[in-house]
Amino acid sequence: MANKTSTHAHPKHLYHHFIDSEQQFSAAKMGMWIFLGTEILMFGGLFAAYIIYRAWYPELFTMASHELNTIWGAVNTVVLIGSSLTVAMAIKSAQLNQKRNIAINLGITIALACVFMVIKYFEYTHKFHLGIYPGEFYTFDGIEHPKANIFFSLYYLMTGLHGIHVTIGIGLMSWLLWRSLKGDYDSEYYTPVEITGLYWHLVDIIWIFLFPLFYLID
Amino acid sequence: MATAEASSNMKKVQVRRYKPEENADTNYLNAESGLRSWLLTKDHKRIGILYLIATTFFFFFGGLLALGIRMELWTPAATFIEADTYNQLFTLHGVIMIFLFLVPAVPAILGNFFLPMQIGAKDVAFPKLNLASWYIYMIGAIGTIFVIFAGGIDTGWTFYMPYSSTTGGAVTFMSFGVFILGFSSILTGINFITTIHKMRAPGITWGKLPLFCWSLYATSIIQILATPVLAITLALVGMERLLGIGIFDPALGGDPVLFQHFFWFYSHPAVYIMIVPGFGVVSEIVSTFSKKTIFGYWAIAMSSLAIAFISFLVWGHHMFVSGQASLANMVFSFLTFLVGIPTGIKMFNWLATMHKGSISLKTPMLYILGFFFLFTVGGLTGIALATIAIDIHLHDTYYVVAHFHFVMVGGMVMAYLGGLYYWWPKMSGRMYNETLGKISALLVFLGFNVTFLPQFVMGAQGMPRRYFNYIDQFQGFHQVSTIGAFILGIGFAMVFYNLVKSLFNGEKASANPWNSRALEWQVASPAPPHNFDHIPVLIHGPYDYHKPMADFQLGLAQTNGHEPEMGTHIEADKEVEMKD
Ligand code: HEM
Ligand SMILES: [Cu+2]
Repeated sequence: MANKTSTHAHPKHLYHHFIDSEQQFSAAKMGMWIFLGTEILMFGGLFAAYIIYRAWYPELFTMASHELNTIWGAVNTVVLIGSSLTVAMAIKSAQLNQKRNIAINLGITIALACVFMVIKYFEYTHKFHLGIYPGEFYTFDGIEHPKANIFFSLYYLMTGLHGIHVTIGIGLMSWLLWRSLKGDYDSEYYTPVEITGLYWHLVDIIWIFLFPLFYLID
Repeated sequence: MATAEASSNMKKVQVRRYKPEENADTNYLNAESGLRSWLLTKDHKRIGILYLIATTFFFFFGGLLALGIRMELWTPAATFIEADTYNQLFTLHGVIMIFLFLVPAVPAILGNFFLPMQIGAKDVAFPKLNLASWYIYMIGAIGTIFVIFAGGIDTGWTFYMPYSSTTGGAVTFMSFGVFILGFSSILTGINFITTIHKMRAPGITWGKLPLFCWSLYATSIIQILATPVLAITLALVGMERLLGIGIFDPALGGDPVLFQHFFWFYSHPAVYIMIVPGFGVVSEIVSTFSKKTIFGYWAIAMSSLAIAFISFLVWGHHMFVSGQASLANMVFSFLTFLVGIPTGIKMFNWLATMHKGSISLKTPMLYILGFFFLFTVGGLTGIALATIAIDIHLHDTYYVVAHFHFVMVGGMVMAYLGGLYYWWPKMSGRMYNETLGKISALLVFLGFNVTFLPQFVMGAQGMPRRYFNYIDQFQGFHQVSTIGAFILGIGFAMVFYNLVKSLFNGEKASANPWNSRALEWQVASPAPPHNFDHIPVLIHGPYDYHKPMADFQLGLAQTNGHEPEMGTHIEADKEVEMKD
């Protein structure tokens, strides 16, 4: 039809309701930023609970924090920061059209995320072993404070919700890895890599708050 | 083929003008057929219809529960059900009406359908997410309904701690259902904000954005900022029941008032999720049926944002008697008064729009007039409740019940029904029966007042809310209220009948039966599959009633020069018709 607006050929990745790739890319990015805003508010609820209980029982937080293993917490912090770097490198590789490096960097990111989860697994099981369960099931008697269970409820809730996010991130990046191995991403189109990267940075940043708030109280 | 020049940001853009087809052969309803084409659709219009069907079902279900509550209150103590059943009835009624009906009603039905059309886009920014949001909604909704068979729930829609962590029944299940519903609402919010920012057609500057879009924008901001907090709060309620985490439960060392803070941090803004989209509908209808440019465009647009902002600062007005510090009470009370300012600004601008307009009292407009009366009462009684000394007396009485029904039903449901009638020709391609429409509108208005006005009096005299039993003094009020509820119910049933009947034998609708200047009316009815065959260029504003109807033809950008940029200002110096 003579009066169709769009004259340039539609690239494969472009959805029909966008005018061009530029619009599609900036919309996807904006959507992800807003989503990250909602994530911050969701964690925000837990952080608010943390702040309130810490203000009420500062001595509890100092005592209970000694039960957490600072070394493993620190290792995990380094691991996650490293994975943020590699995911950024995956995006850079896409921009430079180095298709193979996209996959390699995503692979490393996934591996680091798994290391994080494995360390977390050992931390959790070690505590379960001592009887440090969340809430009602708490049986540990090494902390002289009547509300020690609440500290660990918060610990499990916040690190648990964070862990769920890491797991979702592993899932997303495995899918990206598969698609990048098929050669779907290049410098023309790498929106999913970019926005998953944004998500991953947020997961990383949340941990950067969780680590000092739980492990480094003194 | 004639052309007119238009300039956008120094770039020269060619704009041709064309008349869209009347009664096109293909529209979004018949472009594809079969159940599959509906269940897997990514078309925002069809998703709007999916929401319409689902929420209508839940609305009538919730309505039946309400009639059950009212019938039970015909006599003190047991009339036809047990106290426990009564508690479950009002809980389910509240949850269904708020989370399954009112929150999605205007945004997910009318917003989904008309937001992209009003900004000249082919779809929302993320059509797949849009469909996903409907499925998430359905899963959450079915989960919520399933609660009935899993032991029921009697906490009230507010899930107050510690009762909700100790009572029997399916509270965990319900909180999970509402948690899921929250995500559907978040996805809609993300979609709308991105769509409004990124998908506006050339010529649709922020200053030409229809006020319905502005109101959806404000609503979406509340949705994305408040809903995650509700999600985490309900997750904590679930955890409290499953693991006894002790954050809210005083028996385990927790603090139940903390729960109330969390809950109202969401739920007060949520009442604006429920009303602000209605404000947008009112703006559209008032202007169209007064044949006048909207008065105070920017004041109306910005007051929506102001309401969104203030709504986050007033949650404590639900907790005046929860042992909140008296300083906090005073601050929350004062901040709550402030909400009246932007709300009042809107009312005055709407009235000024009607002033000296040529008002046509069609059914949609009748609902909006109803809205003006009822919402004003609802809002002013809110101010009364925000006054601490008065609230101590009125808190948890029928006065509060009447207050929020005046805003939620008298305000939002009125606006919703007005909007549904108004846009029905575009959605269905048919005209409803005007006489029946008017009669049912009057019946709804009458039934509503008979139901809820007595509740103000009862409440002020001390009738507590959520009680199964009452002293004899209140029986007269309760019986009037029950009669009103049945009148209201008949009114709603007639609305349903009228709209459904029009599908079978309604007159065929023209593209623009109301002579509206807004963009969605410049295309065929029912809407074409992709809204616009070409990207339209907007030359006039959506409320330019001072210009002759003949001027309202769509512009069409030529691509030989530059593509006009999305959302930039377009000015056509010469306006020449194009024969095509
Ligand atoms: C001018 C604006 C408004 C003001 C000043 C206001 C004020 C208040 C106050 C102070 C209360 C607490 C009463 C108490 O529990 O003792 C309240 C309750 C309530 N309001 Fe409003 N309100 C306003 C608008 C709205 C709107 C627009 C809606 C809904 C669309 C709404 C829905 C409700 C609901 C549902 C409750 C009861 C909550 C419950 O305890 O179950 N209000 N309002
Ligand atoms: Cu409120």
